[in-house]
Amino acid sequence: MDSHNIAFVILAVIVSCMSIMTVATKSIMRSATYLFFTLLGTAGLYFLLGYTFLGAVQIMVYAGGIIVLYVFAILLTRGVKDKLSENSVAKIVSAGLLSLVGLGVFLFLFMTYQFKAQVLTAPTESILSMDTIGTALLSADEKGYLLPFEVVSLLLLACIVGGLVIARKR
Amino acid sequence: MIHLEYFLIVSAIMMAAGIFGFLTRRSTLAILLSIELMLNATDLNFAVFNRLLFPDGNEGFFFALFSIAISAAESAIAIAIMINIYRHIKDISVEKLQQMKW
Repeated sequence: MDSHNIAFVILAVIVSCMSIMTVATKSIMRSATYLFFTLLGTAGLYFLLGYTFLGAVQIMVYAGGIIVLYVFAILLTRGVKDKLSENSVAKIVSAGLLSLVGLGVFLFLFMTYQFKAQVLTAPTESILSMDTIGTALLSADEKGYLLPFEVVSLLLLACIVGGLVIARKR
Repeated sequence: MIHLEYFLIVSAIMMAAGIFGFLTRRSTLAILLSIELMLNATDLNFAVFNRLLFPDGNEGFFFALFSIAISAAESAIAIAIMINIYRHIKDISVEKLQQMKW
């Protein structure tokens, strides 16, 4: 039992419990807070895999950007009144059954399918250097991602304009 | 000794929680929070499959990276729409959204 296993167990418990709490809590503000911890735990799993850049992006974009945006939107729309208990019992039970059946199918497939996977030996440093990531993002050969990179920049521009147009006062 | 299946179990729990929240929540913002949970589960799967099944390539890493960017754009637009709806009918729960016109 080395330190990586202990770190993985802690992160897995945090992510699982917090994601269940996200959908089970009554206040939407608490729900956003639990989602924040889920995203931080996922970033920790990325760090454990050796993808430090992905973990940093996860913390900056998700935890730092999107959650703050959600909290502002919740406060602006007085969505604090959202109650899970307003649903009928039959609806909660049927939704719970549906998601549990889905979870059971997923787990059955994962356990019976023989993955030819390696066992993770967690690296002590990033396995992808920033040099590799930057070169791959901006090169146009068969290992490059120049076109998706530019399309995402266009998407973000359209998103800025669309957000301003939709949310402006009239 | 961290196997691939352990990561998949964690992301499957996250996905199931997201589906449950998507089906039971009333507020549209809470539904969006559940969608973020599901997107996060798929991102984790991309990264884990790349790292443990195909360690020679980087495709899953970049898919997760672009997926994070796209979900940021999606939630920004969705929140703009929610705020606009709130200005018009003062409520964003799904049963009040009978008509979506200006």
